[in-house]
Amino acid sequence: MGTITRISGPLVEARDLNEAFMYELVKVGEVGLFGEIIEMRSGIVSIQVYEDTETLKPGEPVSCTGVPLSALLGPGLIGSIYDGLQRPLPVLQSKYGDFVARGVIEPALDQSRKWDFVATKTEGQVGEGDIIGTVQETDIVAHKIMIPAGVKGRIEGIKSGEYTITEPIGYVIDGEKKHELKLAQTWPVRISRPVQKRLPPKDPMVTGQRVLDMLFPIAKGGTACVPGPFGSGKTVVQHQLAKWADADIIVYVGCGERGNEMTDVLDEFPKLVDPKTGAPLMNRTVLIANTSNMPVAAREASVFLGATIAQYFRDMGYSVAMMADSTSRWAEAMREISGRLEEMPGEEGFPAYLASRVAGFYERAGQTECIGTPEREGTLSIIGAVSPPGGDLSEPVVQATLRAVKVFWALDSQLAYRRHFPAINWLNSYSLYASEVGPSFDRSVGEGWTKYRQRAMTILDEEARLEEIVRLVGQDALSPKQRLTLEFARSIREDFLQQNAFVAEDTYTSPQKQLMLLTAICELYDGAAGVIETQEQYSALLSNPVREKISRAKMTPEPADGFFAGLMKEIEQALAQIGGMQ
Amino acid sequence: MKEFMTTKEVVGPLILVTDCGDVGYGEVAEITMPDGQTRHAMVLQTSHDLALLQVFEGTSGINPGTTRVRFTAKPLQIGLTPDMIGRVFDGLGRPKDGGPVPIPKKRVSINGSPLNPVSRAYPNEFISTGISAIDGLNTLVRGQKLPIFSGAGLPHARIAAQIARQATISTGEEFSVVFAALGVTFEEANFFIEGLKATGADARSVLFINLASDPVIERIAIPRMALSCAEYLAFELGYHVLVIMTDMTNYCEALREIGAARREIPGRRGYPGYMYTDLASLYERAGRIRDKKGSITQMPILTMPDDDKTHPIPDLTGYITEGQIMLSRSLERAGVYPPIDVLPSLSRLRDKGIGDGKTREDHADLSSQLFASYARGREARELAVILGESALSPIDVTYVRFAEEFEKRFVSQGEFEDRNITATLELGWELLSILPKAELKRVHKEFLEKYGKA
Ligand SMILES: Nc1ncnc2c1ncn2[C@@H]1O[C@H](COP(=O)(O)OP(=O)(O)O)[C@@H](O)[C@H]1O
Ligand SMILES: [Mg+2]
Repeated sequence: MGTITRISGPLVEARDLNEAFMYELVKVGEVGLFGEIIEMRSGIVSIQVYEDTETLKPGEPVSCTGVPLSALLGPGLIGSIYDGLQRPLPVLQSKYGDFVARGVIEPALDQSRKWDFVATKTEGQVGEGDIIGTVQETDIVAHKIMIPAGVKGRIEGIKSGEYTITEPIGYVIDGEKKHELKLAQTWPVRISRPVQKRLPPKDPMVTGQRVLDMLFPIAKGGTACVPGPFGSGKTVVQHQLAKWADADIIVYVGCGERGNEMTDVLDEFPKLVDPKTGAPLMNRTVLIANTSNMPVAAREASVFLGATIAQYFRDMGYSVAMMADSTSRWAEAMREISGRLEEMPGEEGFPAYLASRVAGFYERAGQTECIGTPEREGTLSIIGAVSPPGGDLSEPVVQATLRAVKVFWALDSQLAYRRHFPAINWLNSYSLYASEVGPSFDRSVGEGWTKYRQRAMTILDEEARLEEIVRLVGQDALSPKQRLTLEFARSIREDFLQQNAFVAEDTYTSPQKQLMLLTAICELYDGAAGVIETQEQYSALLSNPVREKISRAKMTPEPADGFFAGLMKEIEQALAQIGGMQ
Repeated sequence: MKEFMTTKEVVGPLILVTDCGDVGYGEVAEITMPDGQTRHAMVLQTSHDLALLQVFEGTSGINPGTTRVRFTAKPLQIGLTPDMIGRVFDGLGRPKDGGPVPIPKKRVSINGSPLNPVSRAYPNEFISTGISAIDGLNTLVRGQKLPIFSGAGLPHARIAAQIARQATISTGEEFSVVFAALGVTFEEANFFIEGLKATGADARSVLFINLASDPVIERIAIPRMALSCAEYLAFELGYHVLVIMTDMTNYCEALREIGAARREIPGRRGYPGYMYTDLASLYERAGRIRDKKGSITQMPILTMPDDDKTHPIPDLTGYITEGQIMLSRSLERAGVYPPIDVLPSLSRLRDKGIGDGKTREDHADLSSQLFASYARGREARELAVILGESALSPIDVTYVRFAEEFEKRFVSQGEFEDRNITATLELGWELLSILPKAELKRVHKEFLEKYGKA
């Protein structure tokens, strides 16, 4: 038992904790607040306390728990909503009321619920990561039960049946040692779960968001960041990915952001249907909510908790996508604690280890060969929002993130003011997966994906160049061809890139429809460039009804093959008519 | 209770007390000055026999040798009772209207506790403010936190008063107003108070006043006092509360002053690194709770230093609140009242508060179209300023005309004009008729046919 010697906000110092170890979870004060040891120095340990320290006094006790901050992993995770310490928020609400009480702990997984366990491995030798059975957790998630780390030997007494997460489902005999197997296991959140082998990500993660899939795609197992000033659309992008990305499991971490945004997810996800499986989206989702008004140290833990849960599902062989909104709040939590520890600050007061922490976090993503049998591959994609002060991309968190991720979706406040959403700037965003993922789309969706993508990028670049000219000397200086290019670019922007997340017909677009839509736009304008010679022809194109039809094409419900076949005919006719005008 | 005469250091608003035994973090202390006057302080850091305190009323006149400090073993609290309604208090919750101290029914820590996200009910009830730029484009909903980003000399006070006066929801229910003045002038505070009186809203309001001449450090406590009171009114008594806090810039200055006195490593522009978290602990106290009747709608007002919205005060606010109403100096100069620049303004909760059954089915499409068209008109106008109108294409000339009409007729309105939502939407369609129909790509065809004007 130790004693508190100093309290400064979320940082508490204590002495006489000789048996304690670094990153151990401790209980602080008479009320038993949760904290974690983050520094030990000549007899004094520093503890970041995960709850409000108001009224805590020097002299109050501190006790060790003997374990590091760990996640409880097992059936029941899906559909849960936790705080940053994995306390189940609905349970806290029903037991302690609408406001989060201090010093209370509830098991992360329901201890009394019986799960139907089907054993798939009943005899022989097993080792870490081996799958020994499954629990059908939701209609779409089969929870694989794996041998925990450090356990190996002969499996014994394992039977299918109904179990709670605390009952033994069988044993592993390792010489003298007999290890009890259960449906749930724990893992320290600050340690990345190991893998057999890392592989380069190669398959696209379809998001149904046209600007992402077509221009700046992310691969399954890839990493991406969404930086942007407030109101530019970071959270909507993250929500859209959580809704529509073709991953098996979604882990969504609301880190230091708005409470209502989590409520929104909680209200919507049970009602929305996954386009791939037809099941409610909530049935593949785990939520972690450590909102901005919840204690700052727990915010720091929340992203690691999320990553640990995500890796656990990856280890079952699933494709998992994790969103963290916003990693800047996580970095600021580090800064606050570091400041109170009086560490030597780096840039803008952030600790010197900011970059390595950020890199370490994104390193948890990847396409991997999982440990254990049967052989399987899993992927974990991580998408982090970044909230730079004043929208300034040169600040430390953005810069550290850019060094760690492969996809950069730059949100732009000017686009947001024009209500061009998603406000992803096409000139400075990039995806380092495009060269892998494009050909994959060519094969799975249709030849032409990379061709039309390239065409769109070229036209958008061209537009930026022409706009420079217009700004200097006005419209009149442009040739008819150049004006046509501007119309082409406008059509790409307005008819293809803009996508309203809140309109049912528009919120998700299949890759097939994306390709048909972009094909139509490119064919019209490239075709027009081939036939238009005179001003009359140009005017005829501008007033041709096919343009309006293209502008409404994105609203066509799917499957839309018939519509687009018709549209292509009309484009052909329009071009023939305009071409015949001279 | 024991008194200590062991004040060792006085730095800015802070004092350091030694040999005081074990004092609780966040605890309140009462300070007795040599002349018998009392002040209040709060513990910012504590270790055995050493406590660092911030003194709310300031440290002027404090003498280390003769000042007596008494710890109360309690955090800063506010006493709550329905009798507070209609009253005026100072930054530490003491009556300021000459009336008696209300007998509290309960006392709570002013810091409150974080609301469990699971307990929140998503705000989705349309509030009619009667102001087109808000109702039509940046709609306010009940339970939202929507600040006004203003600049020195802009009419934010008049706009906030107009909203407080006109805000109603479809059932006709009115708001009770909790008003927190943070270091504003007597005139500005008085303007609000008189405004509330004029409509009789003062009878259902609670005012917390810290004027520019009042102690700076009290400004740290006053929004928390006001919000604790608002939570009581909303979630225990069932009122719909509109909280107006002005000026948050003064609050942030007070935070900075304390940080500097503590010699903390400052964040951007000298403001503390934890300012985001601190502001969130205020703004997140807006909202609704499942199965509870009342609600808290927040309208903080801040003046952007130098009209710069990337300044940490507006920046961090915008990252927390559910949008912002941005005032523009150039619109003000052009004689537009209210000078709301709709483009950088935003209501994040708009989409859940509008549409069929709430406002009208075409509302979302219409506002999206108005935004897009006005943005294009403004861009074209900027180009025309440099190169002359002749440099524009014919369609862009039309857009410029649209933008001008939009500012003159849609944004602009009377200070006492309460435009209902139908009038706002109809006006929007009328303005869109300036543009060719083919340009109106953002509205569903059926709405264009049904509501579009020839
Ligand atoms: N894809 C989209 N479709 C429609 N509206 C959008 C879209 N993306 C963003 N918005 C609008 O922008 C607002 C701000 O987006 P949000 O994601 O909350 O910004 P941030 O998280 O960057 O502060 C939303 O409330 C919404 O009105
Ligand atoms: Mg956001």
